[in-house]
Amino acid sequence: MEKNFLATIGRVFLVFMSAVGRITIFTGQSLRHCIVPPFYLRLLGKQFMDIGYYSLPVVGMTALFTGMVLALQIYVGSSRFNAESAVATIVVIGLTRELAPVLSGLMIAGRVGAAIAAEIGTMRVTEQIDALVTLSTNPFKYLVAPRLIAGMVTLPMLVLIGDIIGVSGGFLVSTEKLGFNPGNYLKNTFEFLEIRDVVSGLIKAGVFGFIVSLMGCYHGFNSTGGAQGVGRATTNAVVSSFVLILISDYFLTVLLID
Amino acid sequence: MAETPKIELRNICKSFGKKVILDNLNISVAKGESLVVIGGSGTGKSVMLKCILGLLKPESGQILIDGEDITNASGHRREQVLRKTGMLFQYAALFDSLTVWENVAFGLIQAHGMKRGPAKEIAIQKLSLVGLGADLADKRPAELSIGMQKRVGLARAIAAEPEIIFFDEPTTGLDPIMGDVIDTLIRDCTQDLGATTLTISHDMESAQKIADRIALLYKGNVVWAGPATDINTCGDPYVEQFVHGDVDGPIKVDILKP
Ligand SMILES: Nc1ncnc2c1ncn2[C@@H]1O[C@H](COP(=O)(O)OP(=O)(O)O)[C@@H](O)[C@H]1O
Ligand SMILES: [Mg+2]
Repeated sequence: MEKNFLATIGRVFLVFMSAVGRITIFTGQSLRHCIVPPFYLRLLGKQFMDIGYYSLPVVGMTALFTGMVLALQIYVGSSRFNAESAVATIVVIGLTRELAPVLSGLMIAGRVGAAIAAEIGTMRVTEQIDALVTLSTNPFKYLVAPRLIAGMVTLPMLVLIGDIIGVSGGFLVSTEKLGFNPGNYLKNTFEFLEIRDVVSGLIKAGVFGFIVSLMGCYHGFNSTGGAQGVGRATTNAVVSSFVLILISDYFLTVLLID
Repeated sequence: MAETPKIELRNICKSFGKKVILDNLNISVAKGESLVVIGGSGTGKSVMLKCILGLLKPESGQILIDGEDITNASGHRREQVLRKTGMLFQYAALFDSLTVWENVAFGLIQAHGMKRGPAKEIAIQKLSLVGLGADLADKRPAELSIGMQKRVGLARAIAAEPEIIFFDEPTTGLDPIMGDVIDTLIRDCTQDLGATTLTISHDMESAQKIADRIALLYKGNVVWAGPATDINTCGDPYVEQFVHGDVDGPIKVDILKP
């Protein structure tokens, strides 16, 4: 009984470590093909549109409502000890440092990570990836590199736009509903905001974009067994992106806090 | 001394888990020869082609192309070899994100660095060789029937006029007339272009039309190989059974009898 239990732990640990090893190798190979020519600029452009441009509505909506809710909630809390003037500052810092990158990352994981895993997974099970190889085209260069670069570059851009929209949402609620003076609110917003608040959020966004694209590609690439396998790959891509985003968010915050 | 064979497989073994697929397989194809490999479904004919192309790694044995051992070739060296070859996949494996002509021209553009304009012209010309009109060039593969997809796959395989072409069941799913057109086309590839071809087939009639030599695969091994003209007169029990499609004979079919 006891021996069985230990054996199970050992087995799970081995499975986990071999997955980590496989993902590490996959990541190394992908990164190498991001920097070694030839580059497929046409495909990169397409991924910028798919991952970046078409995610604007999702990220915009998320940021808008987060900013609005944040203003309301912080008002409730801060009015208990007469610190209403802190609302603007907390909204902008909360959004730029934390909520805009994390929530956008999670939304993108659902939208983009799932799409990448489904597309590459289908290409795997219908032998299109094999066909690429036989036509002397490296699938890492052709499929993975453009998605990784686009994920890494466009998510910070989206988050920057999200920051602006979110702060505007907070501004609207505060001035229209909570009766703040617009001039004062804006002054409070920018008075204590530092460049590094915004930058640290954008760095997080870059890492999250990388995670989402990487997990989509990795699970798509390794899918087996028809439609069911593609479905599994899609689920795994989204779930693993979520988990990695939440975990890496903590460590990034520790790293970026000073 | 005899000429070095264009393609040579020496003692290839390949299994998936406990299931042995190829068991000490030896096959060689001379330069400019057309070899047809016949055999029942699931005997590992497609697996054999994937081993030659490097899409699957055999556990042991050697694969030689032009006398050069490429069993473990990777990266640049593998690409050099693949540039000499064309492959028609059993289920066509067309890129569904590209149009028909982009599929056909893929190797010309990616591997041979041709411009899109001239590549499209060649693609349309190759499409006409397989009986498809220029009006289909801008359609997506998903809009075509499976027989048409197969012919686009064929056009893609021969587009760059490779020295070695692999055809995985080129006429399966085509009507008899189109089947004959494809057989003739494959014949012409070997005779006019001087290509070496390895074709997989179930269809005895088409095999005899295409082949210089025929090999019968059973249980991961070649049980008979000889000139195409001998297939009806060789008296080999395996061949007899396969040609006549008998249930009784040395080839065991794993079905449960009621
Ligand atoms: N990637 C794979 N993983 C596991 N088994 C496989 C794989 N590819 C093929 N097989 C098995 O190998 C056997 C031969 O397959 P295949 O070469 O496709 O047969 P065929 O001779 O009809 O082309 C089949 O039993 C199949 O189940
Ligand atoms: Mg097959």
